[in-house]
Amino acid sequence: MSPRSRLIDPKGWIFLAALGAFCVAVPVLNLVVPEGSGLHLPTYLVALFGKYLAYALLAVSLDLVWGYCGILSLGHGAFFALGGYAMGMYLMRQIGPRGVYGNPVLPDFMVFLNYKELPWYWYGFDHFAFAALMVLLVPGLLAFVFGWLAFRSRVTGVYLSIITQALTYALMLAFFRNDMGLGGNNGLTDFKDLLGFSVQSQNFRVGIFVATGVALALGYLIARFMTVSAYGKILIAVRDAESRTRFLGYRPEHYKTLAFTVSAMMAGVAGALYVPQVGIINPGEFAPGNSIEAVIWVAVGGRGTLVGAALGAVLVNYAKTVLTGAMPDAWLFALGALFVVVTLFLPRGLVGTAVERLGGRRAAAKLPPEPAIAPKLAEEGQGS
Amino acid sequence: MTRLLALLFLLLSAPALAQNADPYAGLAGDGYAEIEAGVSGLAASGDPRAGAILAALADGRLLVRPADKALFIRQGGAVVDARTGAAAADAADLKPVKANNRVRRAIEAARGQLDLASPETGRRRAAADAVFKARDAAALPALDAALAREKDAGVRQAMTEARAAVLLARPGTPEVDRLNAVPPIQARGDGDAMGILRGLGSDPSEAVRAAAARGIAAIETRLAIVGALQNVWYGVSLGSVLLLAAIGLAITFGVMGVINMAHGEMVMLGAYTTYLVQELIRAKMPGLFGWSLAISIPCAFLVAGLVGVLIERFVIRFLYGRPLETLLATFGVSLVLQQAVRSLFGPTNREVGAPAFMSGAFDFYGLSVTWGRLWIIVFAMAVFFGLLFVLRKTAFGLKTRAVTQNRRMAAAMGIRTPYVDALTFGLGSGIAGIAGVALSQIDNVSPNLGQGYIIDSFLVVVFGGVGNLWGTLVAALTLGVVNKLAEPYVGAVLAKIGLLVFIILFIQKRPRGLFALKGRAVES
Repeated sequence: MSPRSRLIDPKGWIFLAALGAFCVAVPVLNLVVPEGSGLHLPTYLVALFGKYLAYALLAVSLDLVWGYCGILSLGHGAFFALGGYAMGMYLMRQIGPRGVYGNPVLPDFMVFLNYKELPWYWYGFDHFAFAALMVLLVPGLLAFVFGWLAFRSRVTGVYLSIITQALTYALMLAFFRNDMGLGGNNGLTDFKDLLGFSVQSQNFRVGIFVATGVALALGYLIARFMTVSAYGKILIAVRDAESRTRFLGYRPEHYKTLAFTVSAMMAGVAGALYVPQVGIINPGEFAPGNSIEAVIWVAVGGRGTLVGAALGAVLVNYAKTVLTGAMPDAWLFALGALFVVVTLFLPRGLVGTAVERLGGRRAAAKLPPEPAIAPKLAEEGQGS
Repeated sequence: MTRLLALLFLLLSAPALAQNADPYAGLAGDGYAEIEAGVSGLAASGDPRAGAILAALADGRLLVRPADKALFIRQGGAVVDARTGAAAADAADLKPVKANNRVRRAIEAARGQLDLASPETGRRRAAADAVFKARDAAALPALDAALAREKDAGVRQAMTEARAAVLLARPGTPEVDRLNAVPPIQARGDGDAMGILRGLGSDPSEAVRAAAARGIAAIETRLAIVGALQNVWYGVSLGSVLLLAAIGLAITFGVMGVINMAHGEMVMLGAYTTYLVQELIRAKMPGLFGWSLAISIPCAFLVAGLVGVLIERFVIRFLYGRPLETLLATFGVSLVLQQAVRSLFGPTNREVGAPAFMSGAFDFYGLSVTWGRLWIIVFAMAVFFGLLFVLRKTAFGLKTRAVTQNRRMAAAMGIRTPYVDALTFGLGSGIAGIAGVALSQIDNVSPNLGQGYIIDSFLVVVFGGVGNLWGTLVAALTLGVVNKLAEPYVGAVLAKIGLLVFIILFIQKRPRGLFALKGRAVES
């Protein structure tokens, strides 16, 4: 019905321009402006902003499945963490003989746990290309298998949310085990360098910040490309009326599995970019709470807008940094209240609401429909 | 007759007595070997002062006067004569009788023998068990004497077992006695009995070896069955905990279709209510402490139920028909409640005491059953059937079912549906609060208490089939038992992971759970 959408719409241009400006300004303020100057940006802030951008990429990946496909994944943190672990394994291998125990092959924790040789799944992680491939493949494969099983069985709605949560919970328990060969409780840390650059150095910090910004832009473009294409139209149809789409002859499980897999890969990349910037990956990243927190970033920014997801991630995490520093007790109150207020009063999020106000009805028509407030229990025949 | 027994007794005790006709002389002797013999002799002599003397020796209060080898006991500031217990007139120049480890072991064994004649059943039984463990041949005479006058069947059995163990351990027991000693040991049927029978593998007599082998096989079978039953029991216990945690959710999620992520926090509120009630009782009416849990139940129900009604009125009612939004909003509520409790009570665990009837354990045909767990199972069942009764047999339950089955029709019949919604949600939350009273007994009462249960609870409800209370019961018990049966083989964490993966796969196969309600609803 609606004319074919352009790949980059006005809010996309604004987003890309802002992101580009940010990715230029931060390195300049950090590297070029001398340290004594008031405009100088300390390196720790570069790492912090880089972390926000990694979160933003995770949020975009989540928005791809939630906003356009109706899959509320409460386990996206699992894909993020798996990507992070793949990167962490590469970084561990790069330490080489510089570890505390000086073993050229085995990471410190393996020496400590009396491993005699490297477990088979660590092979190849000394090559960056292989690790980069795994960053995409491991989350992608898990999402493909999980999604294929779940969508083929027509597990939808809250049931899907609950089992995605169970998935990340199970992975968290598994990664906490020392027998897993991935550092157990402590995870992977003490990284030295990536592709020959010391992860502590200022240049590396700036470099990975820019890389994260580029990855975010690419992730946005891929998601945008998927959603405005003919494929995306069907995806949205599945979101709004899955049964009807199926009756029209489409196979919703194919569309959903593809979106879910691409989204998981994107989350994996986000995790891989996140780990060198924070310097550690541990099983806590699998905690179900983290995944739900990512959902609220998307909700705050506005689901089904992609730009909003990225914006929401940055805003909420900035608020978290400020609040946990100033009033640690208040943060959970604020986050909890945010969940309630956004779902009750801002169901389309910041960007969705702005589009609705500024762009009129045609722009709003592309957003996910605002669900009916009236109780639908009777029509659905729930509980009967 | 008594004399004859006494004579027999003396004869049997002859080896000990032969060394030292007077055990007191042995105790006052110079070497540890003499002291040890004195201890054994004293125990066998049946002297009424023996208990006091051995206790004094064990505590280093037994004194000797080297000049004439007279023995004394220091009692507080005074010194009494060891033989008579009368106050000692002349108590100068004393030094303590020393004990080394051998002597201490002899004292332990001797006190055990003395206890065999104790008037208290419990002490006789403990003494018999001690003899069984020690297998000291010196205890045999005392054991025979005790066995002859024992009336209590349980203690008799323990003594028979002890006697058999001693006979089997002692070199030189005739073959027929060894053979007769096997059945009591086999009847005991625990790991210790198994060890004794294993020791008979090198017995010279083939008949004894064969009997021992049969006994071992019988005990192995029995132990395997008891072990499996014990695991089933632990499983039922875990299942009842899961049931308690999930049962409130079976109302809010199962019956109403509301995804309440704050469910775990309702459990937590119930646990904190229990803590507050106990603190109040401790401060104001310590006599009521035994009733503190009973008093906590209605309080926890009201607190959690009230919070539930507030959540329904201020958040959830705007979100009916939007399950994913409900999920997010209630997750926000759960964060707020957690932080509120953390700010009020601090992040550390709070101590909730157990009343007397909850503590301790008893032995049920080889199964060890703790009272606390048993009461929790009973309580979980009571809550379950109480809830079933409310939903099936009361006017309120009828209205709840009417509203959830056909809201408009129910409204048309004059049911105030918003009112019923709020109360039903309150009921589910209140039941979660009651669960918190029970869980406060077995889990740490901290702000994070609820988080540990939320995923499990959802899985139980989904596994059992949404909207089906019986399904929840079956699912909780199944998951509990399967988890505990798998634990010995793969460890606790892997068992849990395996269960999660199993449920994920199960939901693929039967998306509507174990006991899906019949219907032809097409989703969305």
